[in-house]
Amino acid sequence: MRRLAALAAGHPVLAFAAFFAVFPFLVPYKALATQVLIYGLFALGFNLLYGYTGLLSFGHAAYYGLGAYGTGIALARLHVGSVWGGLAAGLGLAVLGGAVIGFFCLRRRGIYFAMLTLAFAQLLYFVGFHLTEWTGGDDGLRGIPALPLALPGVEVPIDTPLAFYYFTLALVVLAVAGLRRILESPFGTVLGAIRENTDRAVACGYHVDRVKHLSFVFSALFSGLAGSLDALRLTVVPIDSLHWTTSGQVVIMTLLGGAGTFLGPFVGAAAFLVLEDRLSVFTESWQLVVGAVFMAFVLFLPRGIWGTLLARLPLAPAPPRPAA
Amino acid sequence: MPDLSPAVLAPQLFTGLVLGGIFVLLATGLSLIFGLMTVVNFAHGSLYMLGAYFGFFLLGLTGSFWAALALAPLLVGVVGLVVERFMVRRLYGRSIDDPLLLTFGLSLVLVELARLVWGKMGLTLDPPPALAGAVDLGFMVFPAYRLFVIGVTAAVLTGLWLFLERTNVGLVIRAGSRDPLMVRALGIDVSRVWLLVFGIGSALAGLAGILAGPMRGVYAEMGVTIIIESFVVVVVGGMGSLLGAVVAGVLIGEVVSLTTFFAPKLAEIAVFVVMALVLLVRPSGLFGEAGLLE
Amino acid sequence: MTALSRREFLRLSGAAPAVVALRPGPAFAQGGDTIKIGFPIPLTGPYGAEAADQQAGATLAVEEVNARGGLLGRKVELLVRDDQLKPGVGAQRTKELIENEKVHFVIGGLSAAVQMAINEQTKKAKIIYVSISQSNEITARPDWSPYTFHEAINPYMTSQVVGGWAVRNLGKKMYVLYADYAFGHQLRDGFKVAAEKGGGAVVGADPHPLGATDYSALFPRVQAARPDVLVLANFGKDQLNSVKQAANFGLKAQMKVVCPVFLGTIRREGGPDVFEGVYGGTTFYWELASTIPSAKRFVEAFQKKNGRPPFDYAGYAYSGTRLLLEAVERAKSLEADKVIRALEGHTYDHYKGKQWIRKCDHQSFQDVYIVRSRKPQQGEWGLFEIVARTEASESLERTCKELGHA
Repeated sequence: MRRLAALAAGHPVLAFAAFFAVFPFLVPYKALATQVLIYGLFALGFNLLYGYTGLLSFGHAAYYGLGAYGTGIALARLHVGSVWGGLAAGLGLAVLGGAVIGFFCLRRRGIYFAMLTLAFAQLLYFVGFHLTEWTGGDDGLRGIPALPLALPGVEVPIDTPLAFYYFTLALVVLAVAGLRRILESPFGTVLGAIRENTDRAVACGYHVDRVKHLSFVFSALFSGLAGSLDALRLTVVPIDSLHWTTSGQVVIMTLLGGAGTFLGPFVGAAAFLVLEDRLSVFTESWQLVVGAVFMAFVLFLPRGIWGTLLARLPLAPAPPRPAA
Repeated sequence: MPDLSPAVLAPQLFTGLVLGGIFVLLATGLSLIFGLMTVVNFAHGSLYMLGAYFGFFLLGLTGSFWAALALAPLLVGVVGLVVERFMVRRLYGRSIDDPLLLTFGLSLVLVELARLVWGKMGLTLDPPPALAGAVDLGFMVFPAYRLFVIGVTAAVLTGLWLFLERTNVGLVIRAGSRDPLMVRALGIDVSRVWLLVFGIGSALAGLAGILAGPMRGVYAEMGVTIIIESFVVVVVGGMGSLLGAVVAGVLIGEVVSLTTFFAPKLAEIAVFVVMALVLLVRPSGLFGEAGLLE
Repeated sequence: MTALSRREFLRLSGAAPAVVALRPGPAFAQGGDTIKIGFPIPLTGPYGAEAADQQAGATLAVEEVNARGGLLGRKVELLVRDDQLKPGVGAQRTKELIENEKVHFVIGGLSAAVQMAINEQTKKAKIIYVSISQSNEITARPDWSPYTFHEAINPYMTSQVVGGWAVRNLGKKMYVLYADYAFGHQLRDGFKVAAEKGGGAVVGADPHPLGATDYSALFPRVQAARPDVLVLANFGKDQLNSVKQAANFGLKAQMKVVCPVFLGTIRREGGPDVFEGVYGGTTFYWELASTIPSAKRFVEAFQKKNGRPPFDYAGYAYSGTRLLLEAVERAKSLEADKVIRALEGHTYDHYKGKQWIRKCDHQSFQDVYIVRSRKPQQGEWGLFEIVARTEASESLERTCKELGHA
């Protein structure tokens, strides 16, 4: 058992893929499993910026929403007619948004940075709300077709819940592996240096601004991919994808799972979504229970669920806390 | 082109002042709590909501709006004391996200409790008969209750200012919100001060709630949106600066009121545009100290 | 066939509560054999009161059917879910209902955006969805599908009825303050059409942000235009706050105030003083019980169970649920195609007089009422006075062709 756990700790991407390969059979229904993957990916993107770079963004709905609208508009309005084309449009828009917004927000630090990201995200919400012809406004963007996936020489339908889950899983595993590469590269080391002490990182001669900006863009990329996938999954893009409450949700999921831990965001997303899904079936007052559970977690599991588990099981060095 | 005569413009400016007053009360509490303890109190909107509900409850109990207005903020202040003493206090020294998650959870709990206790339907809180009508000020006619809100806000802020400027406790609070590390380093037992500040901040939120109730209605979700607007006010004013909270509160109130009049479509976004511009031009807000809390 | 089964139904359901109380009810097939109806509504969020009304209405319809032996020998089960008033959550809950609970039908939704999000899921799963709240798009292509039915009226019909009546009875010059989203835009456009048809005009129209808490900034311009009628084209809390502030600023003394969708829940919340003299439109008000037999039966059954009379959203939910269940009965099948055929063109009277489903767009046509807020209010629930009735007519809705149905 312990060796298995140690193996998992040593190869987190493999462990991740193995666990999520069987995950849909552990939860009540497949669409919930897919939702966990997508929100986990969203939280993973957020965590790159917050947990690993030490920048608290309160406007991550922007990149998630840009990804969703990019994909949705490409498929429903421009009739691109290919899942890959839709994904590319979503990712492109999210990366562009991340690059531009990051450029402005990164001029400020701390709470001011957080509030600037919020302001830009609300700006996009406002644009999405009023650009009805493209976005459907508050009614949401509808009419996204459920297209088959074009692979070399073969078209695979992904309109069944399980097929869509594994399609999502394939892309999410790629993203997780990509993040692993990023974190283990010299670039990842600089991120840690910035999080721990930005001024010292500057003094060491790192191009801190450029590294932060790149981290911001990568974060937007992962969040945008999550948005794109959600647009394909729901075949609608609701306007609240861009709303600050969506940003708040991803912050909460990440903190719940454990900020700065590699897989914490997925644990947080799973805990949040499964709890909400099952509780809301039994009681109208589910928010009371969810709220109380959060409070209990903070009071008694300070590093988040995954962070606490990692700290209790001496498998790997405990993750550092992000700077306040 | 809209009519720009004083008779039209004056009510807009006063409306902005009323709205600004509510923002100021909320932002002052948030700013004090954040400045002193680096706690992002996400439950502040729920405390605002509680103020309105307590007001309704006390009005029914005592039959007097004035008694409700005096007691509701105190009750919310007591809730704040309990929250600080038994929950938030355990988190000092941990990172900034723990109190955020805790108060986020608390806000969910409080909203749901309010729905369980007072029902899903919103409630109506009536202003006292003495303030029911409108007043002719010569240059405009304005609802008496709204003038009263402006007056109460001004009086409470003056009281708070005197407390912070003229008392020893006030001195510690001010010092703490400027440079919390330094105060701790000076060996001052800050835990009582923190408790007090959390209570005061909560009471101010409760006051804002009962004042807003007669204008906007009382319902469980009433604090959800205003919490974000209040954070904006705090940041625009400059974290930890009370003068900043006041000026920014009035500024944001006026911006909302005037854009609603001149460009209704832009009213929702104007707040965020102002904040982005202020932050890009003046990094620490209007009255914030450079380098503080970054 | 229809009339007979209805009479039979009324007789049986009248005796139902006693039957349920005395014995455990007819022997139903066990477990997974129930007929499941998914019911996503915004239980949490600012429209919890309306959602509670929806839930009570649908529950009553389901219990009535179960009390008389269920449907096709099977028990009917209502699976209520919280859509939180968010389209994404509504879509996810619908997926759960379809995939996990294997529901046969979906009814529900309050916000137009949530209706659309639910509709996208049911459309793809080829499951019948009965929408029970206002929306212009849900019956129009491309959102509409053969699986989509609409028991509620929509902003277009609302504005034709209320606007048409107002221009004839309250005055020719109208000013519209509208919430700045699809619902408000559609009402604004509808009122323009209705005013012109009636020989009047909309002399001004200003948007306000959705969920605005302060409306006073908008009033000076309204006063300057000196309209006969002020139309507050918004919903729920926005309606309450705008009426309240219009009263504070003295507008009610200068012009008539009209709320196109006048919610009983909101009127109750605001009280008789705030709403004194305000007119509005509604599809149902419980005092119809004194003149319409089916309304009497519905109101009595609802009152008995819930201790209060139903509002309009309870009516939509009750009628929409019965509409579907009785269609299953006529079709003697749960197959969507057969149930759709049983629904199309069907005429019924569940709770307020004759209604019918138009074949091309699956819209339910029904009477709409103009009410005035009562002061003093009669007892706890005597909120409105019925001023006028507009008889159900397809001429009040856009044509099949205009909606994109060939």
